[in-house]
Amino acid sequence: MLTHLHADHARPGTRVVHLHRAAEPIARRRLPGTELVLHDYGEPFRLGDVELSLHPAGHVLGSAQLRIVADETWVVTGDFKRDADPTCAPFEPIRCDVLVTEATFGLPVYRWPDVDAELDRLVAWWEQNTAAGRATLVYAYAFGKAQRLLAELARRSDRVERDVFVHGAVAALCDDYRTAGVPLPNVKLVRDEPKRTSWAGRLVLAPPSVRRSPWVRRFGDHETAFVSGWMRVRGARRGRGVDRGFVLSDHADWPALIRTVRDSGARRVLATHGFAGSLARHLREAYALDADVLPTAWEGEAGAERTDDGGEP
Amino acid sequence: MTSTSSTPGLRGLTGLAALHERLEVTSGTTAKTEAVARALREATASDAAWTLFFLSGGRLKRVIGPARLAEHARAALAIEPWLFDECAAAVGDLSETIALLFEHGAGGGELVDGSRAEDGDRDGDGDRDGDEDRHEVRDRDHFESLASWVEALRVLPMLDEETRAARVVVWWRALPFVERLVLTKLLTGELRSGVSRTLVVRAVELVSGVAREVIEHRLTGTFEPSEASWRALVDPSTDALADASRPYPFALASPLDLVPAELGPIDAWIAENKWDGIRAQVVRRSGTTWIWSRGEELVTDRFPDLVRELVALPDGTVLDAELLAWLDGSDAPLPFAELLKRIGRTKLGPKILREVPARLVAYDLLEAQGEDLRESPLVERRARLAELVQTLGSSRVALSPRVEVEASDGVDGWSMLAAHRESSRARGVEGLMLKRADSPYRGGRKRGDWWKWKVDPFTIDAVLIYAQAGHGKRAGLFTDYTFAVWHEGALVSVAKAYTGLDDAEIRELDAWIRRHTVERFGPVRSVEPVHVFELAFEDVRASTRHKSGVAVRFPRIVRWRRDKPAAEADTLAVLQKLARA
Ligand SMILES: [Zn+2]
Repeated sequence: MLTHLHADHARPGTRVVHLHRAAEPIARRRLPGTELVLHDYGEPFRLGDVELSLHPAGHVLGSAQLRIVADETWVVTGDFKRDADPTCAPFEPIRCDVLVTEATFGLPVYRWPDVDAELDRLVAWWEQNTAAGRATLVYAYAFGKAQRLLAELARRSDRVERDVFVHGAVAALCDDYRTAGVPLPNVKLVRDEPKRTSWAGRLVLAPPSVRRSPWVRRFGDHETAFVSGWMRVRGARRGRGVDRGFVLSDHADWPALIRTVRDSGARRVLATHGFAGSLARHLREAYALDADVLPTAWEGEAGAERTDDGGEP
Repeated sequence: MTSTSSTPGLRGLTGLAALHERLEVTSGTTAKTEAVARALREATASDAAWTLFFLSGGRLKRVIGPARLAEHARAALAIEPWLFDECAAAVGDLSETIALLFEHGAGGGELVDGSRAEDGDRDGDGDRDGDEDRHEVRDRDHFESLASWVEALRVLPMLDEETRAARVVVWWRALPFVERLVLTKLLTGELRSGVSRTLVVRAVELVSGVAREVIEHRLTGTFEPSEASWRALVDPSTDALADASRPYPFALASPLDLVPAELGPIDAWIAENKWDGIRAQVVRRSGTTWIWSRGEELVTDRFPDLVRELVALPDGTVLDAELLAWLDGSDAPLPFAELLKRIGRTKLGPKILREVPARLVAYDLLEAQGEDLRESPLVERRARLAELVQTLGSSRVALSPRVEVEASDGVDGWSMLAAHRESSRARGVEGLMLKRADSPYRGGRKRGDWWKWKVDPFTIDAVLIYAQAGHGKRAGLFTDYTFAVWHEGALVSVAKAYTGLDDAEIRELDAWIRRHTVERFGPVRSVEPVHVFELAFEDVRASTRHKSGVAVRFPRIVRWRRDKPAAEADTLAVLQKLARA
């Protein structure tokens, strides 16, 4: 059972995997040799004694919450967000008895600024770089964040199809999105450009893993930014050595985590990933809920996840 | 000079915050210098003075302690103390934590759990209250300038706790994010601009056209920010020596990071002891004596016994020297910690003066008979200094002797000097200073003329037992470590260290700490005592204030001893022995 296909959730080697239909093209590439069982959102299916269904999580394309109905109803949110995203179906609150929620950003300092204002800031910075004859290099997670950014940029600037270029890893995912019927602007590939092209005024969208690699040398005079929820904290931006940080996350911020727990009506909550301990304790003390940390196979790697170039899968 | 530019800059706190933000996203010295210059040019004279003060590391005497400030924030936000602490640990900066927690979300609402638009708060009360508060701050004239902000902050300690908290909370609620952040940093005294003093001086030069050496000199000593002091600073006609008390910018030595032989023939160098005291300049002008510490603080009143002797210096004399605690008849100074007793006390009783007698060991003469000698070669300055000290004839004022060795039996001079340096600790000094004999006296750290050649530090192998999240660049990573050594079968903590590991090691250790946490105490975690690190430190002394009974000075990590099991780490006895040595 798979909520979505980020590397920290989907590992190759499983025999059969149930997932949402929109995730199929990506699953074919990421989980070769695995038998895929595809479902629509809200369509119940049975495994043994339990009834299951998938519901939109609003995280990335094809991301799903898992609802399990047996003696009691469980909901596993997987990674989710409640902000609008033109590239995936919006999160759907579900009532349940037990909620297993992610807590990547489970601290009250993580509260997202207005999405539109933040994107406007990014576009203004791009214009500023353009005016100064510089290139603009934006690091964003290749699956989800990059597509969301492209769709949002296209709404704000008519230069996107002419002046935005992407790294190959981003382009491959964009094709998957288009296959699944998500409209995205047509952007060109960095690697298709002839050598000694001037990159001044252009915006390059690349995964964070290329940061500090020889790949970025070709862009000449440029400024860099990282687009991630972690950019809410200045030290995190300085630590990554980028010029700017834009706070745009595919995860729920603290108020959204609390709201989701309350919307679910669950009396028992299990938190996982990130600051799970803080969220669980707060739910116990401030809301008298039966809340705890759900240990996962990835527990204890929060630090690595936060400092690695992957950003916030 | 303050311009009459048609686009006036942002005023007061808004201007300071805007500059802070600009520097945060500007890289490169030239761009940063220009940003500072622009801000100074566009500011009023008074704002420029205060901006300069804060940029060059000036701080208000702590207005509200960080613990109290955190308390005010927690109470206003109704947040659990542990949750606040976890936030502070993740952010790595108290002011930024507060600034973030008071940030209204996209839909307003400032309760810690305050939700977004869907909760109906987007146009609700949360925001409107904020606007009213903002109005209150904006409307008061005296908040237009940094000077009036400083005044408002300085009043705070005199208010009763409740009023004080209420006032600060109003600001937190009303100000936009960056201003809230900068104001909080002013309150805690931790506003750091990240720009060097040299850069700031260069910016003032750009703005005023006054040569940077002159600005440097005018800024040395006391710079009290005000409209008048800014105008005096940037006035091309002011006599730079108008303020008689002013010391010269201190010359600073670089650590010797090359083989001494690379310095060339030893005859071209003057070697002296590296004293472990307080670096100071004695200024004797206009019939008055001032003693300045290297931090450019006046410490004259800490050394009445010395001043008594120094009044005999001729007018127009400036000495560069070391303040030491030194018992008469002894051939080595007392430890540095003894000297600090002079500085720490509010009242210097006769007992301290008797038990910790001060001595001035002079090594340079910067001004004689009112003449600036800094351009003449060191040998000449030293010769005149020797004469001066001899004429003074005080047992409290000595010449820092030249350390001289002779090459013999095929052993060259540098090797003889290196051997002499080995005995530094026994002689109560930190090592040697090497100064080029024909060098002028240059303020600041100009590489090449002055080297400090310290004795190698002590090292021990210790076990990592606690970790805490770091600050700034390392925010959110566990980078503040506590180390322990063995004593009677248990580990006792002896040192905290923050530096010495590379980024990859820090990340690896961070991940390990998360997986091997034994217990949490707020932001601090105890970890399984497994990893051994080699620590270096400058000194170790017996201490009653530490549970271990010893205190180490300047501990830092040399390397990760992956080869060593915890059981083979050093024992407390090793440190105790070093402390007695
Ligand atoms: Zn994910």
